[in-house]
Amino acid sequence: MSLLGLRRMRAGYDARSVLHDIDLDVEAGQIQVVLGANGAGKTTLLRAISGTIARQGEILFDGRRIDQLSARKIVAAGIGHVPQGRGTFADLTVDENIRLGAYLRTATEARQDRERWLSFFPRLRERLPQQAGSLSGGEQQMLAITRALMLRPRLLLLDEPSLGLAPIITQGLFRTLAAIREETGMTMLIVEQSANLALEVADSGVVLESGQIVLRDSARNLAGNDEVRRIYLGYE
Amino acid sequence: MSVVIKPRLPVAARVLAGAALAVVLLYVIPFAIPGYLVSQFATVLVFAIAIVGINLVTGFGGAITLGHAAFVALGSYTTAILVVRYGWSPYATVPVAAALSWVAGWCLGFPALRLQGLYLALGTLVLSITVPPLLKRFEAFTGGVQGLNVGNPEAPAFLPIDDSQWIYFLCLAVAAVLYVVARRILSGPLRRALVAARDNQLVGAVMGVDRANLTTATFAMSSLYAGVAGSLYAMIVGFVSPDTFNVMMSLSLFVGAVVGGITSLNGAIVGAMFIQFVPIWASDIDVALGGLVFGCALIVTLVVIPAGIGGLGERAFIWLCRRLGWVERAEARRDNIAVTGSARNEPA
Amino acid sequence: MTLFASQIVDGLADGAIYASLALALVFSYRSTGIVNFAQGEMAMLSAYLVWQLMAWGLPLIPAALVSIAVSFVAGALLYASIVRPLSHASLLTVVSVLIGLYLALNSLAGFIWTYTIKPLPSLFPKGHFRLGWFNISAETAGIIIVVAVVLLLLYLLFETTKIGLAMRGAASTPDSAVLVGVSVPLMLLIGWGIAAALGALSGILVAPRVFLNPTMMFGVIIYAFAAATLGGFDSIVGAVVGGLLVGVVENLVGTYIPWIGPDLKIIVALVLIFGTLLIKPDGLFGRSKVVRL
Repeated sequence: MSLLGLRRMRAGYDARSVLHDIDLDVEAGQIQVVLGANGAGKTTLLRAISGTIARQGEILFDGRRIDQLSARKIVAAGIGHVPQGRGTFADLTVDENIRLGAYLRTATEARQDRERWLSFFPRLRERLPQQAGSLSGGEQQMLAITRALMLRPRLLLLDEPSLGLAPIITQGLFRTLAAIREETGMTMLIVEQSANLALEVADSGVVLESGQIVLRDSARNLAGNDEVRRIYLGYE
Repeated sequence: MSVVIKPRLPVAARVLAGAALAVVLLYVIPFAIPGYLVSQFATVLVFAIAIVGINLVTGFGGAITLGHAAFVALGSYTTAILVVRYGWSPYATVPVAAALSWVAGWCLGFPALRLQGLYLALGTLVLSITVPPLLKRFEAFTGGVQGLNVGNPEAPAFLPIDDSQWIYFLCLAVAAVLYVVARRILSGPLRRALVAARDNQLVGAVMGVDRANLTTATFAMSSLYAGVAGSLYAMIVGFVSPDTFNVMMSLSLFVGAVVGGITSLNGAIVGAMFIQFVPIWASDIDVALGGLVFGCALIVTLVVIPAGIGGLGERAFIWLCRRLGWVERAEARRDNIAVTGSARNEPA
Repeated sequence: MTLFASQIVDGLADGAIYASLALALVFSYRSTGIVNFAQGEMAMLSAYLVWQLMAWGLPLIPAALVSIAVSFVAGALLYASIVRPLSHASLLTVVSVLIGLYLALNSLAGFIWTYTIKPLPSLFPKGHFRLGWFNISAETAGIIIVVAVVLLLLYLLFETTKIGLAMRGAASTPDSAVLVGVSVPLMLLIGWGIAAALGALSGILVAPRVFLNPTMMFGVIIYAFAAATLGGFDSIVGAVVGGLLVGVVENLVGTYIPWIGPDLKIIVALVLIFGTLLIKPDGLFGRSKVVRL
């Protein structure tokens, strides 16, 4: 059974509907990537899952309906969301950002996990007392991911982690994500515009166009698909 | 090309409405009601002038001012000092009061309007608090705590009216002129520029609106209104003293502007009646009641009818005209941007 | 020299009171971006509540504590009932509602307790003691100590507790606070509660010095505005430093410039507010914000 299942899910902002009847399954332990152009509804999809915008239809998480839950309850249920633009607490220190990530957990759990996640992102360890707002883009992204990991989510939603980062940094980031999945078996749903790096680490993917899923396949097949290559991977 | 439907009264209805208004303003108030109420209505007109000034700067300029009593004080004391110390005729002091408060508004508006909305409200509030103690200082001019005895202007001997009717007509004439001026200001491209600058600074800037300059000019204009109101106020009361122009007067004028409708010039008179008569009636019951009613009225107005009583009236009028078929179709002109409703000065 | 030193100490005591009210303003501003114009009147009602509880037979200290607790609840209720529903309203609406609240609360006190002044005993004993080479009154020292202790408690709350951290996160980036499972409305509610409690403290400290009356907080709130502006409306440290500075400057100006005198001292607030806003609009400790058009 899939960890996350969307059934005929619709979502949007106020009167404007963005997503139409989305059906999507994310298998436990997999990395699934969502490709799509600007405005296809990728960010909306993640927001709908994490409950930060209004949505209709069924969302099943681990067999349980979560579409009526508030964003906070969904976090508590085990879905971590790394928002677009990172959303770190700019005027809190790196350490405080990480501590706040463990808001719903006990202090002992938090202490253990902190060490574990920092071992994946050693750069952050040097930055602990610094204000988050003073970090570089790549470091902020690491911090945002670490903060979400502190929740020890079963599903991690990542919204364009590569945005504004140099390719070399992005590459490192995706390798770390893959390593985290190797070690913990954490399920991830990654929204990406720069698809080639994401497809390298992903198991499967879907292509979103104008609020609908137009293609779903394994990551390997998607990377080889001519149309996907032309539109999303930049090959002619 | 879009088409707007504008209310248009038939000639007969217009003549009738105009006549009714004229009868009320020119006969009922000055001649048919008890004498002591006449000078109270003169005060209502004076408050209405000051409130129109607040409509301009807060309703259309988007700058919240809580210190208009400072400019009312400036107008009042200009008149009082010129009359008492220099023997001027009170009427001759009105243009001087207007000019001085315009200049003061410009000088103060220049730095003040560079402040963000909330800080301007705060700054003007504190400004208005320092006015009474300042007025007590320059005793040789201001008469200090005792104030100055201006005296009421007397009706000319050739007119068969008493002094309070005379001052009422004087206020009515000035108020009418200033009302028309405000209407003119708000009917042309200036309204479009003001609204653009108020609602979205970026759009305003793209349209070529120099927001700071424009709002400074609006602030100066609105101070002029307050100054003229102050000058007339000194003549009605016949006496000026520092503590009249305390922060309560500033807040009252603000209450009047909001209750009447912050973007409704017609509502100014309703707001003025509210702040003139409610405290009088309320204090018969309990001294504290006036403030309580003011505070609650402010909150209730904003929750129930954000457009204020004037705005509500204007909408009812438009609705009625539509029901009666008294409408005309006109080509939509770009400067007919709808600005009814609540004044916004923040981007959504 | 002794006069100068004692003026400074008196100024610090006044400043401590301004600081606690300025902190109240800063708390509501940081959490919701609103300057609570009615904060002073709420503090005044808190002080009246102490008087009322004492009239009903409660001793001073318990009465003060009860009043502070009740104020906390009242501040939270104010947030839930008025401020939160207005979170998307225009600035004009918010300012008008708070001015309305100011007028209503001010008159409410007059309505319930009349406008005749009432004495409220001081929390501190009478008398002076020598500190080095000048006298300091027990009240002055007491005020400074009480405010310092409260500041320390607040510091501990925000720097060492989970809920304090969550409150800072909710004020800093509410969207992200939701994503780590923080209930943002609850944090803002607590923030407004703390603000009202701090206001109550300032009211209880002021009342014995000026007698209880509905206008007693009028000057204090103006100096608190000046303190918060000077320190920066989003800075807790700024509110404290601003409060102390305003208190000292106000005392020195009142003493050494006779022309200004006690009634025109308020001009210090005006000058500080306009000066700060024109020279350094974010205040001494405030962070400058990028304005989103």
